[in-house]
Amino acid sequence: MSDTNTPPETGPFLARDRLWHPQAFTPGYKTSVLRSPQRALLSFNNTLSEMTGPVFGHSILGELDNDLIHNFAKPGESAIGPRIIVHGRVLDERARPVPGVLIEFWQANAGGRYRHKKEGYVAALDPNFGGCGRAISAADGSYSFRTVKPGPYPWPNGVNDWRPAHIHYSIFGSGFAQRLITQMYFEGDPLIPLCPIVKTIKDPAAIEQLTAALDMSMTIPMDATAYKFDIVLRGRRSTLFENRLEGN
Amino acid sequence: MPQKLDTLKESPSQTAGPYVHIGMTPNFCGIAGVYPVDLGTTMVNAKTIGERITISGRVIDGGGEPLRDCVVEMWQADAAGLYPSPSETRGAADPNFTGWGRCPADGVTGIYRFDTIKPGRVPFPDGRLQAPHISLWIVARGINLGLSTRLYFADEAEANAADPILNRIEHRSRVPTLIAARDGNAYNLDIHLQGPNETVFFDI
Repeated sequence: MSDTNTPPETGPFLARDRLWHPQAFTPGYKTSVLRSPQRALLSFNNTLSEMTGPVFGHSILGELDNDLIHNFAKPGESAIGPRIIVHGRVLDERARPVPGVLIEFWQANAGGRYRHKKEGYVAALDPNFGGCGRAISAADGSYSFRTVKPGPYPWPNGVNDWRPAHIHYSIFGSGFAQRLITQMYFEGDPLIPLCPIVKTIKDPAAIEQLTAALDMSMTIPMDATAYKFDIVLRGRRSTLFENRLEGN
Repeated sequence: MPQKLDTLKESPSQTAGPYVHIGMTPNFCGIAGVYPVDLGTTMVNAKTIGERITISGRVIDGGGEPLRDCVVEMWQADAAGLYPSPSETRGAADPNFTGWGRCPADGVTGIYRFDTIKPGRVPFPDGRLQAPHISLWIVARGINLGLSTRLYFADEAEANAADPILNRIEHRSRVPTLIAARDGNAYNLDIHLQGPNETVFFDI
């Protein structure tokens, strides 16, 4: 090893549990049929190429980047829909906060309509809602944003498939191998167990991990309810019996 | 019951979906005025050290159709083989190089394209040098967990022959799926998700 002075946050990542994640080939979700590799993945221990990754400074953030109610709205106006705060922490698998990571989110409006040229759902666009936001996790791993609760959305998979209300998340870590995209669902939504995309995940506990809880402790009275959504990124491997003791 | 381990489970992945552009490249999909620029569109500036190259290609499904809705991200070392990352401990990378790029496939042709520099060589954990390479990560509708692969360079035959990762590929006929052809300063690599030319994807 050439990295005798490597600080602890630079070690290899814990292997992904690919039976916990959805498999590539999940025919209930039709588009996966032709977009799933059929050969086995090539496994190898992380090199520097996987252990390093881009980090984004707070300088990229605009004042309203984590306020989807206002970041696309005309001055003095705001998006229509149930006002919510989404907050949580970014942790690693060893339960340590992950600070300084970029989180991007996107979603449909309150009626389930996305602001995208390829989207043809009859529900109306909200002229004051764009649907994108971003934040950088704080020193304790926490993040938050405010938005309107997205509506459910029909999609051409089965004849009558509807996505549950959901917010898409893209999360960076400190290494490129931590890169993750997922979706957040809302506690109590009866569409969750019906959804072919949710059902690409086999373990009910993994689905629960993507379901945000209503968090009355963080609501703002007469303003917005709140949901809590923690994100867990891959942890770095302990190196107790490698060539250094730091970080254990 | 033995003691419970104190590890958490990683948040499970879900597809990026067809409207990934709203969140990752909003300006590209017509959502203007929220962010000044889409992240990852510019990797180099006039002062960046290294040989200017273009990387492009398509991501192709099992039916031979290019994906027109995918997003490709790439991560690479600078011309000296250093990563512009806080996790890089071997020295300071070129401050005029981001190392990271993000490109949505063209909505008509499916072509992705990066303007970057050719990376230097980066050591493998045992000290051997890896061949110059770029890490790629592909997300799209229908892809449940982002796909990782690498791009190597056709004009680095000697380094490629000694590369520790390329040498892990048991079926040697699959090695060329990771090697981009050169045409002037442009390198092209099509990524095949499925089928006879299926690209080697990684579990890393």
